[in-house]
Amino acid sequence: MAESIKDRVAVIGMGCTAFGERWDKNGEDLMVDAVYEALADAGIESKDIQAAWLGSQSTAATGQPLAQAVKLEYIPITRVENACATASDAFRNACYAVAAGVYDIVLAAGVEKLKDSGFTGLAGGGGGGTAVSPPTPPPVQFALAAQRYAHHYGMKPEDLKRALARIAVKNHHNGSLNPKAHFQREITIEQALSAPIIATPLGLFDCCGVSDGSAAAVITRPEIAKQLRSDYVLVKGLGLTCGGRQGTLQSQYDFVHFEENVTAAKQAYQQAGVKNPLKEIDHAEVHDCFSITELIICEDMGWAPRGKAPEYVMNGVFDLEGELAVNPDGGLKCFGHPIGASGVRMLYEVYKQLQGKAGPRQRKNPTLGLTHNLGGTPGSFTCAVTIVGGRD
Amino acid sequence: MAGIISFGAYVPVWRLGEATKDWGSKAERSVTNFDEDSLTMSVAAATDCLAGLDRKAVDGLYVASTTFPYEEKQAASTIATAADLGTSIFTADVGHSLRSGTIAVTMAMNAVKAGSGKRVLVTAADVRLGSPRSDVERNGGDGAAALLFGDTGEAATIEAQHAVTNEILDVWRAEGETTLRSWEDRFVFQEGYLKAVGQCVTELLKKSGLKMEQFDKVILSAPDARRHAEAVRLIKADPKKVQDPLFGKLGATGTAFALMQLVAALEEAKPDQCILVVNYGDGADALVVKTTARIADVQKLPRRGMKGFLASKKAIGDYADYLKWRGMYSADSGVRRPAASGPSPAALYREQAEVLRFQGVKCNKCSTVQYPPQRVCTICHEKDNFTPTRLSDRRSKLFTYSMDYIAGTPDVPLVISVIDFDIGGRAVLMMTDRDTKEVKIDMPLELTFRKLRLAGGIHNYYWKSMPVRG
Repeated sequence: MAESIKDRVAVIGMGCTAFGERWDKNGEDLMVDAVYEALADAGIESKDIQAAWLGSQSTAATGQPLAQAVKLEYIPITRVENACATASDAFRNACYAVAAGVYDIVLAAGVEKLKDSGFTGLAGGGGGGTAVSPPTPPPVQFALAAQRYAHHYGMKPEDLKRALARIAVKNHHNGSLNPKAHFQREITIEQALSAPIIATPLGLFDCCGVSDGSAAAVITRPEIAKQLRSDYVLVKGLGLTCGGRQGTLQSQYDFVHFEENVTAAKQAYQQAGVKNPLKEIDHAEVHDCFSITELIICEDMGWAPRGKAPEYVMNGVFDLEGELAVNPDGGLKCFGHPIGASGVRMLYEVYKQLQGKAGPRQRKNPTLGLTHNLGGTPGSFTCAVTIVGGRD
Repeated sequence: MAGIISFGAYVPVWRLGEATKDWGSKAERSVTNFDEDSLTMSVAAATDCLAGLDRKAVDGLYVASTTFPYEEKQAASTIATAADLGTSIFTADVGHSLRSGTIAVTMAMNAVKAGSGKRVLVTAADVRLGSPRSDVERNGGDGAAALLFGDTGEAATIEAQHAVTNEILDVWRAEGETTLRSWEDRFVFQEGYLKAVGQCVTELLKKSGLKMEQFDKVILSAPDARRHAEAVRLIKADPKKVQDPLFGKLGATGTAFALMQLVAALEEAKPDQCILVVNYGDGADALVVKTTARIADVQKLPRRGMKGFLASKKAIGDYADYLKWRGMYSADSGVRRPAASGPSPAALYREQAEVLRFQGVKCNKCSTVQYPPQRVCTICHEKDNFTPTRLSDRRSKLFTYSMDYIAGTPDVPLVISVIDFDIGGRAVLMMTDRDTKEVKIDMPLELTFRKLRLAGGIHNYYWKSMPVRG
């Protein structure tokens, strides 16, 4: 019988660069900044790292760039890529190596340098193979879900737009309290509603930032963690699922829920022993690549009944002071989204919250925090859910 | 006996006309969308012609056009594949002359008569591209016709045929050029068009022993309405019996023009009617087509035909949009996304059932239809036990969609559709020939074969969804 990962891995140090248009830094610079912050936080040196996992979608193709940047000397480094869940999966694999007892202290890092490409947004579709797939850059993919959501629940499109705008306003508010966020200014509902349309019905403020950045975590077993610091954070559950293109092959797929979310959450909740997620989870960093994604995630994770997330959003349930704070650091929307770094960036906020070091964004006595990544397209995603808590 | 056993046509949905800003004319002409060309129109006409018939029975395909996508690479093989015909068939491109349509008809007819083909399909299509504001642009049109010849069940026979050749540079386009050139008008029409048409008709009548008054319909290809009227006078045809050449509605569609008029005539013809078809280009062709008692049955096949396609139209809002579609005016304002790289010919070759034939698969165990073809069933996990299923001619409904306003398409916004087929199966496709105001969840859709892009020197063709044409 397989054992749960719960309480077998401790996070003892974390680092995260400011995200944004980092014209002044290349990928290696960003990794150096994130890793050195994490090492200092853990109170160790780079020579103490025995193995590493590097998440990167397109910046690093192997494990070597991490060694080249930080000068790790001949240790095993694995590059991980799993769409937008890349960094979370790098962290997950690092956790298993620690839990297996084959290493004492390892590093999980993520990096992405997107802004050297010369265009705004991410490319969609593309060449290779037959090159006949429709060009569906991310805004289009998630707009397909938004269009269907209003239709499915018989909502007026303008009511859905308003709920989505409310999500953007919340994330901009949270981002305004975060000096490392890509966007640090508040917006109004009216601004969000009147922004140019990117992909119907999603407007400019429904879309997250495209950013450069890096984040890193140092992890170890709890017995070692105890010797290094008192406020380490424990891994409670690690869920990960991959879709098999069910959504575009099967007509019954509804486009208003993402099964990968539901199944990854179920794995993580089970490991962590979470029964009533809305009550037990204090705050969550979720994959709000688009406002509609955050809305659907809140239902898929069991925090709002089906079709009711717009109402919960309007009532402030997921606000910074709400029952379950969603994206207290500003989320992908405002903290930014360097693909291969995002999962570890989310963990950075949860780690700081659990340690009581989240500054103006600090929640009161948080017990459990959650991170959630979703990569791919409606119909076939990779979803990662990570639950962490303070030491008992 | 050999003859025409089915017929079909295709007219693009778009029109330049009175409602088009800056077009400057009340006369309408048909215009291909930016993602159409002669090849895609040929596929549309071929499928219209084959509606309700067994596509696998076709054993020959002659494709006529002056606007083929490649200098070296056959269009007929692509059209045969996209129309989901068999592979053990004779295919040929017939080009370089506006007379190619009737030349292909003559060749197909001769092949059936000689017994080398039992079901031979002819398509003719052209995109008439004149310089902006030229006569060719004003009087031209885009469209396609298809005729199926066979040795049994003929709805019409070709009773007589005559051709003359006339070496002349009247209207031409050199290798590598996209718009037409022509010599002085009076020379073009006196020494070219009228001379060849007159000679050909005179000699046909003499050879066949027929008299002009014996024809129930007279069809003439012509570059414009004025020359058409002059030719009618020249051959002494009764204007009441002349088939409407559709100037001001369709325009002169090049190679396809005479055959599109023939299809329109066959749609209305009664049994035992005699139709004279005169085509022009580097000489002239004349055909005597006679309907049989079977014409009424063939008229009932589920085609749209000229009538259906002409009635189903949308106005282009602005002449500048037309120029954009034809690549004659670029509004590119900077880099948005990296340009798509070319496809892999090896991948296109391997995946042609998916890409060109638009075949999905149906699981032999649980009957689930899936597109693209899968090795393992998405529902019951049965492995390698599927039946290929053509989806290109199935109707579908819009499940969800999005409109992309920053896509690098000539026709913003790019509409992405998730569609569910009437026999099951789902596909994610671009939507074309749409008015953004009409796009709604659950709207009925059909598929249409289109050109996605030219990249790496490869014209990449695939299917798109479109609102069902009326």
